[in-house]
Amino acid sequence: MMLLAIVLILNVSAQDAEMADGFRGEGKIYVVVAVMLLLLIGLFVYLFRIERRVKKLENE
Amino acid sequence: MKYLIRTNWWKWLTMGLLVYTIIGALLFDVPRLAILNETIRVLHFHVPMWFGMIFLFTASVWHAVKYLKTGDQQSDIISHKLAEVGMFFGILGLLTGMLWATFTWGEPWSNDPKQNATAISMLIYMAYFVLRGSISDEQVRARISGVYNIFAFAALIPLLFILPRLADSLHPGNGGNPGFNAYDLDSKLRMVFYPAVLGWTLLGFWIATVKIRLTRIINRREDV
Repeated sequence: MMLLAIVLILNVSAQDAEMADGFRGEGKIYVVVAVMLLLLIGLFVYLFRIERRVKKLENE
Repeated sequence: MKYLIRTNWWKWLTMGLLVYTIIGALLFDVPRLAILNETIRVLHFHVPMWFGMIFLFTASVWHAVKYLKTGDQQSDIISHKLAEVGMFFGILGLLTGMLWATFTWGEPWSNDPKQNATAISMLIYMAYFVLRGSISDEQVRARISGVYNIFAFAALIPLLFILPRLADSLHPGNGGNPGFNAYDLDSKLRMVFYPAVLGWTLLGFWIATVKIRLTRIINRREDV
């Protein structure tokens, strides 16, 4: 309940919460986006390759 | 499910949605909230795990009922594999939630009603897999686990959607806590959140279709 109260109070006065504005300003966030996209697309390629193997087995 | 196994187009949709999710989740404007700060972005990754789990479990129980009605072994395979991926999503949801909670609620497990109810429903579904593993006769296994699946799903709904809302919870939308709407009245988050839910859910179904197809191949080989 205490924690809940604190969260509620802070939410009301949260207009000036600290955010990673500097980090974004430097443009480094794009590095993070690029890395995550690379990972995600790599995973999709992997999934498609697995599916191709499965298809081969199905047709055997 | 048979439609998803047969077709491919929705896989491209999944890819598009998830690429959009990553970009949107990291780059778009989010509400500036104390305590949460930038971690509000976890919303697009943690919560879709739960949505995905619910959809997968729903599809699983649907096919369990289908098996009980028709006795078609394919429905049993589909039901089982969907439950497996659903469980996987649930575990990911629990882990991501605990990590998020460590930095926002102060500890990974605060015995929050929703956390506890989730843990219970995870255990109920774990029993489903134990039950399956303990029966060697195919038909008996399919029938008993089909019935159990219905029970597990029937327990899941009140545990996740009703009981946590009756108690005080740290989760938004529960007890005295502001709902999802209070996070964001200007729908900045929603623009990413809904596509994220759909994208992650479809990814779960995608993995399930691969597992189903593999199981079919294995079963066919065993029959020969």
